[in-house]
Amino acid sequence: MVVPVGLGAADPAPAAGAEAIVTPTVTDIAAAAEAPVNGYSPDLERIEIQLLLEGIYRHYGFDFRAYAYASLRRRIWKRIDSDGLKTISALQDRVLHDPSMMERLLLDLSINVTAMFRDPGFYVAFRRDVVPALRTYPFIRIWHAGCSTGEEAYSMAILLEEEDLYDRARIYATDINEVVIRKAKEGIFPLDRMQEYTQNYLRAGGTRSFSEYYTAMYDGALFAPRLMRNIVFSQHNLVTDRSFAECNVILCRNVLIYFDRTLQQRVHKLFHESLPIYGYLGLGSKESLRFTGFEDDYEAVDRREKIYRKIK
Amino acid sequence: MIAVGASWGGLKALRAIAHGLPAHFRVPITFVQHRSKESAALRELLQDCTSLIVCEVEDKQPIMGGYVYLAPPDYHLLVDGDEFSLSVDEPVRYSRPSIDVFFESVAERFGPAAVGVVLTGANEDGAEGLRQIAARGGLAVVQDPRTAESPIMPRAALRAVPTAQTLPLERMTPYLVSLDTGEENEQGRRKRTGGTDEVRA
Ligand SMILES: C[S@@+](CC[C@H](N)C(=O)[O-])C[C@H]1O[C@@H](n2cnc3c(N)ncnc32)[C@H](O)[C@@H]1O
Repeated sequence: MVVPVGLGAADPAPAAGAEAIVTPTVTDIAAAAEAPVNGYSPDLERIEIQLLLEGIYRHYGFDFRAYAYASLRRRIWKRIDSDGLKTISALQDRVLHDPSMMERLLLDLSINVTAMFRDPGFYVAFRRDVVPALRTYPFIRIWHAGCSTGEEAYSMAILLEEEDLYDRARIYATDINEVVIRKAKEGIFPLDRMQEYTQNYLRAGGTRSFSEYYTAMYDGALFAPRLMRNIVFSQHNLVTDRSFAECNVILCRNVLIYFDRTLQQRVHKLFHESLPIYGYLGLGSKESLRFTGFEDDYEAVDRREKIYRKIK
Repeated sequence: MIAVGASWGGLKALRAIAHGLPAHFRVPITFVQHRSKESAALRELLQDCTSLIVCEVEDKQPIMGGYVYLAPPDYHLLVDGDEFSLSVDEPVRYSRPSIDVFFESVAERFGPAAVGVVLTGANEDGAEGLRQIAARGGLAVVQDPRTAESPIMPRAALRAVPTAQTLPLERMTPYLVSLDTGEENEQGRRKRTGGTDEVRA
């Protein structure tokens, strides 16, 4: 059993004397094993979640076994609650016997929250620090790994068009989830977010009027088909699929946070193999190479905006 | 792990807490403060009050004693084993970071070694999380609503955990420090663990 202590013994100590302070007593530990929340002890919960993920992997081929546990656990309970179930085992029963339940769970587990020009500072830094290098290439390949419904890829297409680079660019935008890939191909985004996106666009260094890029229709904003012409949307699983091309730039933002550290390392290996020397890697604003084992293979181009360049 | 949640009026309260922490404080302490995406200066404002290192958490950062951790804006913060992890899941009750989300993961991970502290705020975030910390044998602490800039959040927390230790802000840090140095009275500790054989390393 995992003993819940303030600091695990395996923690790298920041200074001498750093140690578990709120040390559990014998009775504490017994109490933890017995203190059920929703009728669950942490141990039993972990067992049932592992069984569920193992079942999903072996029956459907989706491998969530090395996803970050705390987030996964939250989302599994959300599904259980909204379906009026009581236990993780009950969910397992439903998921394994009813593919439509698997589909719903898949949507729950792949968090598809995204936005156009999310973190405008990232795009400012990209224009300033990456675009000049891209200008020197005859052909540019960019991979958006975990692109969700495509907002990020369209943002990049807009940026490249404004920099006069789009004609020689190809954007590969991939996601594990087929449903979001289908949506991404439509290029229609909710009208009620256009105000937010317009602000993001301007703060991201946009040089035109954002409304030039879409047509407002009754059910959404349809983005200009010319933006789609060099984007290839396809389903791709970062955990189980291989690299498909050498790319000059890989952007993988707010995807790896859902993976545990071992899985992150594996995906970083895939990225490393898919980049040439001096290829660029962009991560989400609170993601870092620091804890991945690949820190020394890259140099920071913009540390704050998490843009790196492969140096070995 | 000491998990501290604050919302409206939290800056002042968090600064007061950070201010009192001694340089040798060794329990990891984490602040989750509701704030907008643009409010980047909070870390600096807190750093000005303490000699401990204040850091805004990055994904998979190891949890260590001697640090004051701060939840980054626009992400949920969770603990995962010996590390933090982040998520961009939908806001919970309009908040990202959500105090409930963080407290629930702290309860799951640290059990009786968790301390949850709910401070001032004008919503009810943190109450459910504090309930889970208490349910797993952790210690629940709530700012005395009469001393809070906004009493709504502490009141909700007290409704969820009526037995929570209630303290005015100025006694909060000395109390947390007493947990670190083992001065917490045994009775209080027994009450929450149901145990009698107090053994401390
Ligand atoms: C929060 S979204 C990030 C979207 C976008 N990159 C952004 O930052 O706005 C995370 C995406 O990662 C995708 N994802 C999760 N696991 C994946 C995997 N194993 N392979 C590829 N994509 C995955 C999800 O389907 C989801 O669309």
